[in-house]
Amino acid sequence: MRAVQAIIARDLRLAFRAGGGAPQAVAFFAVIGVLFALAVGPDLSLISKIAAPVIWTGALLATQISLDQIYRADREDGSLDVIIATSDELMVTAAAKAVAHWLSTGLPLIIATPVLAILLNLDRDAYVPLLLSLLIGTPGLSLIGSFAAALAVALPRASLLISIIVSPLYIPILIFGAGAAAAGAAGDPQYGANLSLLGAATLFAAAFAPIASAAALRSNQD
Amino acid sequence: MPSLYEFANPVRFERWARPAIPWLVGATTLLLVAGLYYALFNSPADYQQGDSVRIMYVHVPAAWMALFCYSLIAVSSAVGFIWKHPLADVAAKETAPIGAAFTFLALFTGSIWGKPMWGAWWAWDARLTSVLILFFLYLGYMAIWRTFEDKTRAARLAAILAMVGFVNIPIIKFSVDWWNSLHQPASVFRAGGPTIHSSMLPPLFLMAGAYMTFFAAALLQSMRNELMARRLARIDSGEKKTAASLVES
Repeated sequence: MRAVQAIIARDLRLAFRAGGGAPQAVAFFAVIGVLFALAVGPDLSLISKIAAPVIWTGALLATQISLDQIYRADREDGSLDVIIATSDELMVTAAAKAVAHWLSTGLPLIIATPVLAILLNLDRDAYVPLLLSLLIGTPGLSLIGSFAAALAVALPRASLLISIIVSPLYIPILIFGAGAAAAGAAGDPQYGANLSLLGAATLFAAAFAPIASAAALRSNQD
Repeated sequence: MPSLYEFANPVRFERWARPAIPWLVGATTLLLVAGLYYALFNSPADYQQGDSVRIMYVHVPAAWMALFCYSLIAVSSAVGFIWKHPLADVAAKETAPIGAAFTFLALFTGSIWGKPMWGAWWAWDARLTSVLILFFLYLGYMAIWRTFEDKTRAARLAAILAMVGFVNIPIIKFSVDWWNSLHQPASVFRAGGPTIHSSMLPPLFLMAGAYMTFFAAALLQSMRNELMARRLARIDSGEKKTAASLVES
């Protein structure tokens, strides 16, 4: 447990210090929202209709571009080999890395969401469902993403491969997440079902992604 | 009694795969001709859909094969991952492009069928979307094989991805039952017997048989190609090493 805490604390410190990249993901998220709004044009009612899906897509893409950082630096300076050699259970360590990634990207994205939502003219009733769906869904994005990052860790320019691998695995979370946000805003009774399925997807990822990550990290050792 | 391990030997594989391929090609031709004859001339038109129901005989077996190929990749990957069975990795790798082609065929013919029936080339409903995800999974799986130079490592990583992606197969299979979908529910393999008319079953199964034998022939041939390519690469690198050692001495 101490090791897990240490890894999470270390990753967070690295992510938020200079060159860490956590703030960039949030900035990227905001840029996506703004670009969408500019492309749609000044039609406020249309923008407010697509605000929640745009925010979900933006959160997914911002998570995706930051995945490469989960194991990259550790591999370059050799600490990944130490982590693999000294971990009692590599899958627990892999889960800790995913948690650290969520704390440094997913959580800041959720905190930034209301600001972006104001810019995109989101309905007042839609805030809570959107934030709740992001809160339940983004941990799943980090977990699945950390697996893809572990698969591609040995490659020099991996982010494109990571995107290709991770996109199909992300689709259920995107569908249920955006579905829950839309249903909740409309007062649709499917709100609860969508949230439950979203939670199931995240729990499923929590159960299997660390195991798969550990296997991938071991296979990638030189 | 030959054990499983004897089939693992590439030389033995070559010995039975090579003569098997012409038989499989012949069977494919027969089944395809018979299946197409039944499908196009000797089966009834649908009372609602008219003649466009005949697209089914190309579309449904392709969709079956799309799921079957991915399942085969996952199973061979597990065998290759656990027992380090060299032919299993080759089989998984060579199944992927064929399976991706079947998936594309299912999407393509489905789209052609959807236009007259639903009035749209594409609908974002559960079955269509999940098959599209399957297509992307195939692409991701093939991308892993292409990006890693070291074949052993590529095999292990691709196997992990294939096993993780296998989660999607039951979702695709049952998507039409779980969600209210535009796509019709399963009508052949279901509890309580098929719901489609019995006169449509012979052409459907003949076509499915043709797809299956074609797949077997294509898989065996591409596995042979891959094994030969690997042997060539080994010989090549061996020669380079000998040349390098000669230069050094």
